[in-house]
Amino acid sequence: MSIEVRGLTHIYSEGLPHESIAIEDVTFKAEAGQLVGIIGHTGSGKSTLMQHLNGLLKPKSGTIVIGETDITADGVVMRDIRRKIGLVFQYPEYQLFEETVAKDVAFGPRNLGLSEEEIDARIEEAVEMVGLDYHAIKNVSPFDLSGGQKRRVAIAGVIAMKPEVLILDEPTAGLNPKAHEDILEMVKTIHRNENNIIFLVSHNMNDIARMSDKVLVMDHGKLVMDGTPEDVFSRGEELKAMGLDVPDSMEIVSKLKAKGMDIKGACLTMDEAADKIAEILK
Amino acid sequence: MAIRDITLGQYYPGSSWIHKLDPRVKIMATILYIVALFVVDDFIGFAIAAAGLASVIIISKVPLSYILRGLKPVFLIISFTLIINMFMIKGEVLVSFWIFEITREGLRTAIFMAIRLILLIIGSSLLTLTTKPISLTDGIEALLSPFKKIGLPAHDLAMMMTIALRFIPTLMEETDKIMKAQQARGADFESGNLMSRAKALIPILVPLFISAFRIAHDLAMAMEARCYGCDIKRTRMNGMKFAGRDVAASILYVLFLAAIILQRVLM
Amino acid sequence: MTDFIKIENLVFDYIKNEDGHTIRAIDDVSFTVERGSFTAVIGQNGSGKSTLAKNINGLLMPTSGKIYVDGLDTSDEANIWDIRQKVAMVFQNPDNQIVSSIVEDDVAFGPENLGIDPTEIRTRVDEALVGVEMYEHRKKAPHLLSGGQKQRIAIAGAVAMEPECIVFDEPTAMLDPKGRKEVLEVIRKLNAKGITVLLITHFMEEAAQADKIAVMDDGVLKMVGTPDEIFLRAEELKALSLGVPPAVDLSMKLRERGIEVPEGILDIDEMVEYLCR
Repeated sequence: MSIEVRGLTHIYSEGLPHESIAIEDVTFKAEAGQLVGIIGHTGSGKSTLMQHLNGLLKPKSGTIVIGETDITADGVVMRDIRRKIGLVFQYPEYQLFEETVAKDVAFGPRNLGLSEEEIDARIEEAVEMVGLDYHAIKNVSPFDLSGGQKRRVAIAGVIAMKPEVLILDEPTAGLNPKAHEDILEMVKTIHRNENNIIFLVSHNMNDIARMSDKVLVMDHGKLVMDGTPEDVFSRGEELKAMGLDVPDSMEIVSKLKAKGMDIKGACLTMDEAADKIAEILK
Repeated sequence: MAIRDITLGQYYPGSSWIHKLDPRVKIMATILYIVALFVVDDFIGFAIAAAGLASVIIISKVPLSYILRGLKPVFLIISFTLIINMFMIKGEVLVSFWIFEITREGLRTAIFMAIRLILLIIGSSLLTLTTKPISLTDGIEALLSPFKKIGLPAHDLAMMMTIALRFIPTLMEETDKIMKAQQARGADFESGNLMSRAKALIPILVPLFISAFRIAHDLAMAMEARCYGCDIKRTRMNGMKFAGRDVAASILYVLFLAAIILQRVLM
Repeated sequence: MTDFIKIENLVFDYIKNEDGHTIRAIDDVSFTVERGSFTAVIGQNGSGKSTLAKNINGLLMPTSGKIYVDGLDTSDEANIWDIRQKVAMVFQNPDNQIVSSIVEDDVAFGPENLGIDPTEIRTRVDEALVGVEMYEHRKKAPHLLSGGQKQRIAIAGAVAMEPECIVFDEPTAMLDPKGRKEVLEVIRKLNAKGITVLLITHFMEEAAQADKIAVMDDGVLKMVGTPDEIFLRAEELKALSLGVPPAVDLSMKLRERGIEVPEGILDIDEMVEYLCR
């Protein structure tokens, strides 16, 4: 199953004096099992794009086809879209509301109208997948958990809906280095287990570089780059002009190259960079 | 969005003479105007009151259409008052059908009541349209301060209003975020009967309350860190000053009120 | 330099629930902050670093131990307002610390509370806003500004109180990279002007710019030293769930691969300079 977005345009407050183009003519394709990184500074249209994929916003023009279904077509049932696409917002822990972890995670599956057995099975699976101990935590109030655990529970609430496309908007925002790493590991686990398409929105270029199969760059509502992380991050000057960074490893490598060190190719991680530098210096 | 259409109580940015008046003058004028509307009891009186209001609108440069839009939400109340008064007051019967009868006195009271309400709403919305929320708060605090002696916490009330004004947009944004997040989890706020719709609000209200408490806690701490509540007497950067135009406006206004009272006494 | 903040055997217990069960957030911490210095406190979530910050200006009171700010004991009620005037604070969430719906009125809030003369407040507010490069936005409503801009307003609000020290409690945690850079630049500028800075953070790049770093873990002060000294102990930092700046990371990885890299290279440019020598 793949997802294909074509000519997507959205205008905020259309017809009013303060109307503004949020996204303009965005076209891209993501194949089954891909992890797609999305970068762009605040206000570049990333969030608007993500909310379209989930049917929370309707485009002015353009189509979004997931598998065989055009979710922008008239008469599409919202529930079917939500079944296909899960969206985890920034700071998702702020949406928790139930008395127990199990009940909160059950909210999404229940809205899909699943049977109780199915719901129970999915809760357990989802809670385990985000790296929490289901039996220890199921009857605990989500508000008694630590910040990182709350976030995992909130993510489990979306995973339990078993979406074919999962969108994660800055899942590591505000976390310290260790919790940050743990969440990324969790994303990898989910991706491996579910084999779904994952869209990862992040400001952290190191994460995007090492996690993504494909990177989309948004700027002023337009999709300005679409390619492999190697391709995208080798255009460092253009990214910087948009107020974006490159991964630390590539920053070092490009400075070394500028000083005449002969390093071939891109280095998406610090390990890769260390390998290549060591090879040259030995 | 329906909330955005309500112009009642909103500020219309401008730099007219009316905008620049001391908020205390405008608040007092509005209160007295409302009192005056209940003193007036004939067409000439209402004509004077309306003319006064019209001139203020013209000076303020707030578009009339914008002001009239503010009447929309209260249209129902006005019609309701009109009908109740029309049928309920006994007197010389003009028209009658089935069990209803319209009397001369009823009609007169009904029309006057409607005019009174319309002028009252326009008059008070003109206050909020031409006064920044912050200066309005300052004005209310200043006018209430004499009551501090009898234990009225004028300053705290004003601070509460300031904070409410500051956090309305933040909480609206928060609500929007939470609604979208729950919708993404398949929540449905639009269909079902009253009971199920009320139940659908829980996933929004619980996180919203938690957010509000968190904001309150953070804000209290931030205010304390900035020495709010210390025993020094607070000062204000933009203290209100009674300027020449305020004196002029007050004199004109007293003349206007005198005209209304005189007219009532003489007629 | 003289000591501006002196923390002696600080212990702080949180009351967890109604039955009085307590949790120790800070366990016997002692250290000093010198006047005019830039000190960073790092540690993972729940390490007690924010609690420490709130103890410094009397928002929280020590369970035992003492804190002296410019010689004033924070546990003495009579000192509290003096201390808060000397030590201003900027918090993590940019939205939840702005009081007024107009930028300049918010910056004036602190000085107004201190009973400063209105014309003097005006000057301070204008200067503070110019200092954080937000003067042109002075009439705007805060909710229309970006996270970085809001945080700079909050900093202006602290600066307008003319404190000797500002404690920043994870001021960049909720910001995007652009906002983070803006805020850090302002912090460095303030320090250059002589304001003592205490920066609580979990970003190593930020901590690397300080004169001194204190590392907290589980309520205990694990290390104190200059960035050079601290980042030498990269393995220990990793064990404490903390990272190291990119240049240090690369040095470690190169050493693993048998390349000799001297210790004390904290910055990417320095690293490039060394490798291409």
